[in-house]
Amino acid sequence: MRKVAVVGAGMTLFRRRLQETGKELSFEAARMALDQAKMEIGDVDAVVHGTAPDAFDGVHMKGEYLLDGSGGRRKPYMRVFTGGGTGVFSAIAGYWHVASGLADVALVVNEEKMSSCQPHPQSVFAHIWDPILDRPLRPNLVWIFAMEMNRYMTVHGIPYEDIARVAVKNKRNAVGHPCAQLADANITLEDVMNSELMAWPVRRLDISPPSDGAAAIVLASEDVVRKRRLKDQAAWINGVGWCIDSTMWTDRDLVFPEYVNRAAKMAYKQAKIDRPRKQIDFAEPYDPFDYKELHHLEGLGLADKGTAGLMTREGITERDGDLPVCPSGGLLGVGNPIAATLGIKIGELYWQLTGQAGKRQIPKEIHTGVTQAWGDLMQYGCVVVMGA
Amino acid sequence: MKVGIVGVGVTPFRPTTPEFSWKELMYDGAQRAYADAGIDPRTDVGSFITCAEDYYEGFGIFDEFTPDQLGAVLRPMHTVGGDGIQGLANAYMQIQSGLADVVVVESHSKASDILTFEGIVSHGLDPIWNKPLGGHPNYLAGLEMDAFLRGSGNTAKDCAQVASANRRAALLNPSAAYGARVTPEQAAASPALWAPLRSLDASIPADGCVVLVVAGEKAARRMEPTPVWLQGIGWASDSPSPETRDWVSPAYARLAAAMAYRLAKIRSPPTAFDLAEVDDKFSYKELQHLEALGLARKGQAGKMARRGDLDAGGKLPTNVSGGSLGCGDILDASGLHRVAEATLQLRGDAGKNQLDAPKRAIVQSWRGLPAATGAVAVLGVGP
Repeated sequence: MRKVAVVGAGMTLFRRRLQETGKELSFEAARMALDQAKMEIGDVDAVVHGTAPDAFDGVHMKGEYLLDGSGGRRKPYMRVFTGGGTGVFSAIAGYWHVASGLADVALVVNEEKMSSCQPHPQSVFAHIWDPILDRPLRPNLVWIFAMEMNRYMTVHGIPYEDIARVAVKNKRNAVGHPCAQLADANITLEDVMNSELMAWPVRRLDISPPSDGAAAIVLASEDVVRKRRLKDQAAWINGVGWCIDSTMWTDRDLVFPEYVNRAAKMAYKQAKIDRPRKQIDFAEPYDPFDYKELHHLEGLGLADKGTAGLMTREGITERDGDLPVCPSGGLLGVGNPIAATLGIKIGELYWQLTGQAGKRQIPKEIHTGVTQAWGDLMQYGCVVVMGA
Repeated sequence: MKVGIVGVGVTPFRPTTPEFSWKELMYDGAQRAYADAGIDPRTDVGSFITCAEDYYEGFGIFDEFTPDQLGAVLRPMHTVGGDGIQGLANAYMQIQSGLADVVVVESHSKASDILTFEGIVSHGLDPIWNKPLGGHPNYLAGLEMDAFLRGSGNTAKDCAQVASANRRAALLNPSAAYGARVTPEQAAASPALWAPLRSLDASIPADGCVVLVVAGEKAARRMEPTPVWLQGIGWASDSPSPETRDWVSPAYARLAAAMAYRLAKIRSPPTAFDLAEVDDKFSYKELQHLEALGLARKGQAGKMARRGDLDAGGKLPTNVSGGSLGCGDILDASGLHRVAEATLQLRGDAGKNQLDAPKRAIVQSWRGLPAATGAVAVLGVGP
């Protein structure tokens, strides 16, 4: 198997409503990633596109629609889709395009334009349920995640403060991120805990709201890295894993994300990691809700079950802590244009590992990072381990 | 490393399937493929792939609904928003990358559940430039057929020949939904829809599910004494805006073929294959694709059709399965279905359609209106 490196990354502003079309957003992100990799679109052998529900943009075969903006015209162009997991999954698909030898350089572009969906993107989520068993209950995402958060808090006896601390940390971490929608240097624990109640126990500041944006990365084989002298700006993909759980979320114990754990084990095996807490220097788990960061840290084997909240309280997951978590600011701080979170997950690992994270740079020496995304009906996990 | 196809599952295609949900259809296709390969999906499969589009399925996020009926719960699985051969390409790459040994690729159509098929296709047009023009979206096929016939020198009569031949071939295929004894004259006299396209020039949606089991060389040889090898694969897209596409010789087919031929080391496509399964969602598409793939010289595909070169006993038997015109348009499962048909031919399991000991096949797909994306697979038997 060939080694594969990220050699460039780019992302647009993340904002509630952007003026640009989805094609334009894709173009901007792709252009930035190519510029950083010192390449032109002609150097790219294949394009992978990631974008979440078609219904956000309101275009059938959305991947086809966005392909010229993403640089896919007259190229092998592949759209992969794993719901919210697409933010990291498309990079995994890009990885196998290069690792298999079919492409030497692959461009991965992720786009999301949620603001086209009126009156609110949440209305798309009315159509993600089993039409017979779930839909008549008229569920929405906030309340099923509230159930999961409640289960997690209740089983482990985790106080709400420990969960709200994640939102404070991430919104503060996002200060200095040039694309951030939700950075707040002065936010306090009280602000989060006193914010409007959405569906108990979830409050408004526990959630990352809808957003528009795009992100892109350039993947290259070892040969390309050597020939183009990109070694100093290359971060290597050492392991990938992905896993889907049953559609029947009502049949699962929501307290532990088994699917994330299995995806992590797959990625760790490939990356030869057997003691993740010791061998991994920082993490970018998926944090659309603050409790999800904790949930996912446990799924990733970076915290024992029920202890991730305590780690947060003790400051271990701060940027200058022993295990920095979401140094980018995460979805809670930078924003959550679903698939475009590629830029704050894979993108952040890339910029951190190559020392290009600027004000967000982790102060300690780092060699290995892990990132993860989560999708579908609380059922999808995908994990990427990267090294300097 | 070689990659082989070791299991094929195809449900019979039908205009409507009221007694099965799409989930049950997937289960049916999967259990056929697993039985054919002799595998247990829970222990013998490294990764699962499904090819689907949200709007065809009627869900916000269709990926959610894929694992249970394939035996893929708590296993690596993902969705490709593309044609079945693009899904097969992902399987190929996962195996070449060492990420999986055995991969299952699924695609299906429950077109009969779609109440507003025409509306969904329109919804795929550019919302600023094209969709506001209105009209039935198949006008694009009419325009393209006109441009192709003028640009290549093929005739509407040639297209009628294809419309007739494929429906007749489908009479021998037990999976086909729309086999019929139609003469070229009847096809040419069928009601005009989007000039010069006539109603028998267009395929009709059908329900069905196709599942393939794909394996790396070692695993493939263990499971099947003489596997059908996936010798080459390619896929490509042309511009999404119809105004800037190549209308005579579709770039997606040319580029996908070039990629697949490179992998399969094919230098002379016209003589390389014993059979072809190429996309024929519209009759002219078969001729257009044969020329773009380099299997017919420009303007000659129609003559080949009329000379009988494309018939079962001809020089290059094409769409002897009945194609989309005869079997039904099963949306993004179309490409995967034709790979299944070619695999059965190469194995000698094609029943009444069986050709005389074919050794190598080419399969090509197109995603259908309004897309300009397609894929090519080269399959072969032998060491």
